Order: sequence, then structure tokens, then C-alpha cells
Amino acid sequence: MHARATAPPHVVAGFTVPRVMFQVLAALVPVAAMQVYLHGPGLLWLVATGSVTALACEALALWLRRRPSLDFLRDGSVLVTAALLALAVPPTLPWWLMAFGTAVAVLVAKHAYGGLGQNPFNPAMVGYAVLLVSFPLEMTRWPAAGAGWDAVTGATALDALRTGLRQSYTMEEILTGPAFGALGGAGGEWVNIAALAGGLYLLARRIVRWHIPLAMLAGLAIPAAVAHALDPGAHAGATFHLATGATMLGAFFIATDPVSAATSDRGRLVFGAGVGLTTWIIRSWGGFPDGVAFAVLLMNLAVPLIDRYTVPRIYGHPGA
Amino acid sequence: MNRPALRGGLRLESHKLRPLQRPVLSVPSPRTAVLALDQGSGADAAPVVGPGQAVRVGSLIAAQRGAAAGLHSPVSGTVRCIASRPTVRGIGPCIVIDSDGRDEREPTSVPLDWRSLSGDALLERLAAAGIAGLGGAAFPTAAKLGLARSAGVNLLLLNGAECEPWICCDDALMREHAADVVLGAQVMLSACGADRGAIAVEDDKPQAVAALAAALAAAADVRLSVISLPAVFPLGAEGPLVTAVTGREVPHDGLPPQVGVVCQNVGTAASVARLVRDGLPVVSRIVTVTGSGVRNPANVEVRLGTPVAELIAACGGTTGDDRRLIAGGSLTGRALDDDAAPVTKGLNCVLVATPGDLPPRGTEMPCIRCGDCAVVCPAGLLPQQLHRATQSDDVEGLSHFGLGACIECGCCDYVCPSAIALTARFRVARERLRLHEAERERATQAKSRYERHRRRLDEQAEAERRAFDEARRRARGDGSAGH
Repeated sequence: MHARATAPPHVVAGFTVPRVMFQVLAALVPVAAMQVYLHGPGLLWLVATGSVTALACEALALWLRRRPSLDFLRDGSVLVTAALLALAVPPTLPWWLMAFGTAVAVLVAKHAYGGLGQNPFNPAMVGYAVLLVSFPLEMTRWPAAGAGWDAVTGATALDALRTGLRQSYTMEEILTGPAFGALGGAGGEWVNIAALAGGLYLLARRIVRWHIPLAMLAGLAIPAAVAHALDPGAHAGATFHLATGATMLGAFFIATDPVSAATSDRGRLVFGAGVGLTTWIIRSWGGFPDGVAFAVLLMNLAVPLIDRYTVPRIYGHPGA
Repeated sequence: MNRPALRGGLRLESHKLRPLQRPVLSVPSPRTAVLALDQGSGADAAPVVGPGQAVRVGSLIAAQRGAAAGLHSPVSGTVRCIASRPTVRGIGPCIVIDSDGRDEREPTSVPLDWRSLSGDALLERLAAAGIAGLGGAAFPTAAKLGLARSAGVNLLLLNGAECEPWICCDDALMREHAADVVLGAQVMLSACGADRGAIAVEDDKPQAVAALAAALAAAADVRLSVISLPAVFPLGAEGPLVTAVTGREVPHDGLPPQVGVVCQNVGTAASVARLVRDGLPVVSRIVTVTGSGVRNPANVEVRLGTPVAELIAACGGTTGDDRRLIAGGSLTGRALDDDAAPVTKGLNCVLVATPGDLPPRGTEMPCIRCGDCAVVCPAGLLPQQLHRATQSDDVEGLSHFGLGACIECGCCDYVCPSAIALTARFRVARERLRLHEAERERATQAKSRYERHRRRLDEQAEAERRAFDEARRRARGDGSAGH
């Protein structure tokens, strides 16, 4: 009797990268549905445009890099990139801008660095950042909250807050404006709740682990709560920050991208807290509508350093 | 014990039920016994017999050498040759013995009055009987116990955890020969000087625990106890086991005796019992023959040197053609490419696997740094970072991330969603790291030799200069005095 010689272990769990990616896509369904409900079907066109562009760019890059394309094309990672970008941009964005942003994400942020597993920056956030600095007008025109499917644009809650504070309105006056809801931004709070639901699903399925989301939410909520307690007139509270903008999407779907995040448990706590704190700083004093994308990219930069100083204690070695 | 039993680890389907439904089966002694000089420790014993020589059951055929324990003939008959044959560790030197079928015992093998023997005398007897780690490592037990004795250990830890899927020979042994395990433990306590002994068994083996409890009650030895552990792989590995039981970690550059513990497999204890009771050296062991590819999975009591094919035949043969043979369990076992390979002291399981038992791995994808491997690593390593270091041949990175602590359990491979062969790569990288460190050590030694050489030359020159100066001064002094 003869058999193939293989190295141990001879058995694996069979949980694969494509399965991870498709679980993430499934978890994005609630937040996508909420956006469509609030702002109309624009998102669906963006997802379609993004997905087609992403697959085309992936195929092109794999062909140029002479890589076996089918296994990689099927892994689903570019579809996650496209879906996250589509959810991050305003649903009124022209389709060609979505295609451009996706192409940047896949070709530059991912494949120029070596493809799956090699990118130091979150591809979707690179695409978002490039779009934001290149096309600031289109990227900040969100449909007015409550306008439903008629694409009337208006200020987002974070914009209204920033503008209101600059014009010396009191926090009470600002928060009664049309852009605000019970917790955070009108509509935005529902999107955040939907993203939280998807995120909890990922936690339950152990696709993501709790370190990054919890650290990011704490890193955002704690400084917000402290600042609000010290100066309620100038700073929105923790609840507002948690329920506004891309907070939940960022905490569970964007900052948790394992490739560009820190890798040990402690490192992930540091990374997540850094993303949360940077988000709060950008929202409080920066010039951009939301801070999540830039916070994630900045912390991506810090990952090699974090990884170097957060190696866990190894069995049989003295404690650090 | 409140501390976590194990960092990482996996709760796996055990696949142990089928062979345990039947009592241990005796496989007839082989017509031709093939004794690998390497019985599992990685070292070869030194043959002391030659072709044509008559041997009996229990005759010494190869002497202890390094990590290889002494080896005894499992049959009576004639040595045919010493030649290379397929073994469970690849092609290797073997002593081939043709059995005469009479099973005559070596007359010198008589029971031991172990209670009257000193620790050192016991160690000598264990070494002479070729007692070796039957858990798989086949390391000479006397050497291990002797080291423990000089280190002054207080705990003898008998490993009956048997955490790896499919393998259940220790479970069967504890169920059927619990009294032997207890007797062996008592002998080993005397031999190593520990003051208490614990038999650690995973909690998925209630029958084994019950049998041991009954045997302990019968022996009425207060030094011995049974400890129940959670069924987590790889809790049966030496380091994790010591930590689970004592809460202390074995230092990365040390051995369990440094934390006061010596580990022995329960099968080894039973072989010690057989030695003191019957006077018989290690000539047989229990092997699990299992997998969906074998008709009647069972634990079999079998002579060393019996070809694996005869074990499978004794269990009803295979169920088809597309079968893989694994020597050991599904996580750490070695692929066997020839069923002529004979049973060794280190062979605990023959897994005849169907594709359903061991589904093929998917295509290897790049690492996405998900960190699932770090969650399950019992050594607390970051396999994803080690993997990156192996890819870039970064020797400093390998040691920074602690590759030396890897126990090659395979947990990281098991969970990797990218199907990366991490364990195999780490094994290769460890060898490279070892060579690198040896090279560095050689360089350091050469440097210090050179420096000492330089210093000696300098000192010599200095001494000569001083002697010359002295002579000149004296010459001048003499000269001036002469004026």
C-alpha cells in the first residue's frame, strides 16, 4: 500500500479566506439595507459599480503580476473592499467616481504593495481618502436626513455640529437642528445601529474578535465623555459620537481589517484605541466631515511599531 | 487549580470511540520481526548481535546509545541480517530476526524484588530492560528519571492525557491495566526520588479514571492520585501538561525537573510494572489501529517489530484503495508511505485514513494576519509574524518572535483560513535557526580563541622585552661597576 507523503498536521478545520470574506459581506447587509431605506437605491448602484470595477481591477492586476487568478478572484476580498467603500461614500456619488475610488483601492492600495495580505493600508480607506481630497464637493454632499428617496442634499450631523460651533451656537441649539436625531445624526444613528448589529454577528461568528471594536469605541467614547463633562458647550457627548458618522462601520468592519491592523491581542487594543482617539480628535478639531478614514490610515502607519512592542509573553520565557 | 489549564489549544472531535468498543486484541507474534535501531527517539541503538546469531524473547540485541534505549528481541529465533528497511521514520537500519515460533524466554529475565533495590539500582534495571517513553518520544526512561533524581524533583507526573484525536492506546491500557500503571508509578517514584505521583487523565476518559481510582484504592498508596484535566489538544504535550497540573511553566531553555516535575507516559509505567512482575524487557506495546479505512478499528497488543500491515490485517484489513497511512494522530503523526514499516516503542497509533477522515487542504493563500493561529498557539507565539519572518528568511525575526518555543503541535495549521503549512515551515526554519546559532557560537568561540592567542603572544613579547631590558640593565650595571 502506498500513500502520498504529507507533512503533519494532516487535518485542518477548513475555514477559508473566502468564507471569512463572505461572512463579512453577509454582515454588511443590515447596514446596506438601512442606507437604502433612508437614502434611496443609490447605494446599490455604487455597490454594483464598485464590485464590477474591483473584480476587473483584481483580474488585471493578477494578470499583470502573473498570479493564478481564479483562487484569488474567488476569495471575495475585493468585494468587501468595494462594499465598504460604497457604504462610506455618499450614495449620490457619480458612478465614475466610485469606479475611480475602487480602482485606486485595488490597484494602488492593494496590488502595488503585493496583493492580498501585503497591503499596509486599508484599501477601501485609501480609496475613500483619495476621493475625498480629489473630489471634496461630491464626497461631502450627503442626502438630507429624512428626505427619503428624493435626493435633496444637506449637511451631515458632524458637519452641522462643526459649523454650528464655529458660528457660536450653543450645543442645545445645534442639536435641535434637522440633521440630528435622538442619539446622534438623524438617520445616521439608524445606520450605526444597523452596523452594530452586523458587527455583533461577526463577533458571534468569531470572524472578528472584540479587541479592536471595543478599544476603538472606548478610545472614541471616553475622550468624548470627558471633554463633554468638562465643557458641554463645546463638545458633543459620547453617545453622539458613537451613534454618528462611520463609527460602528469603522469599529467592526474597517479598523478590524486584519491585514492592515496590529496583530497581537494587546497590539489590537492599542491600535483600536488609537483609531478611536484619532477619530475623536479629527472630528473635534479637524477640517474633514468624519475622522474614521484618516484615523484608520494613520494608525495603519503605526502598526509596525505597535507590533514590535506588543509581542506577547512566550511560554517558558520570563515576563516582560 | 484556578489558573487557565492551557493557553490556546483546540477542542477537537476525538474519533476514539470505535477502537474502544472492543477489548485490546492480541496480534500473533510475527514470523519475521524487524527492529528499527531508531525506535522513535531519533537516535540509533548500537547492535550487539550479528547474522546467524540465535536470540530468545528478551535477549539484548542493541545497546543503549545516546537518546536510543537498549533494544531486546521480541521473538525467539535467528538474526537474519542488519539492513536498511522502511520504518515509521523513513528508511533506516533495522535488525531482522526470523522467528522460530517457539517464543522461548531469555532465562535471565526474572521478576524484580524492586522494594529492596536502591534508586540507583532500579535505574540500572530500567536501563537494562530498554524501558523508554512509550508516549512517542522513546527516550530512555532511566536517563530521564536519573536526571530528575539528581535535580531533586518532588512530582512524578504520569501522562495519561492522550489529547490527540484518534489515538486511544493509553485509554485502553488504563482501562485494562490500571493496576500496572499504579505499580509502575510506585517503582518510578522509588527510582526518581519524588515524594508524590499524579496520573493526569483528560476528562473524556471516565472509564480510565474509574479503573485507576479502583487500582489506587487497592494499592493504598497515599503518594499517588489521579488528576482530571479538560480534553484540549495539545494538553498532553510535556510543557502544557506540567503547566496545567502545577501552574508553573517549564523554562524555555530548561526541562521539567527545573520546576520539580518529571513526566512519564502511563504506557511506560505499565512496561515498568511488567518488568518488575514478569522480568520482561520492553518487547511489546499497545497500538491503536483506527480510521475509517480499516474494517474493525481496535487497540492491539503487539510485539515490537511486527509490520504495520499485519496490524491492519488483524483488524479486518482496509476498506478500499484510496487510503492514507499515518503513524500517530491526525495532527502530529507522520505520513507512512509503506505498510511494511514495523512497530516501534514510539508508535502509538496507525491511522488508516479515508479522504473523509482527512479532507485535503485547500490551495494555500497569502496570510491575511487574522491572528487565529495566535489564539490557538499553546506556546503563546504569533505564528503569523513567524511566518512573515520565514518568508523573508529573517533569522533575527525568528528568534525575536520565539520560534524555539514552538512544539510543532499543528494547531496553527489547523485553524489557518489561508491553508498555510505553518508547522512544516517552522520545522525547517527551526533547523535553520539552530544552524545559524551554532554558526554564531562557532564564530564567538573562534573570536575568543583568537583574542586569547593574541593576548598570549602579547604577554610573551612583553615578558621577552622585560627580560631583555633586565639583562641590558644588569649588563650596564655590571659594566659601570667595572669602570
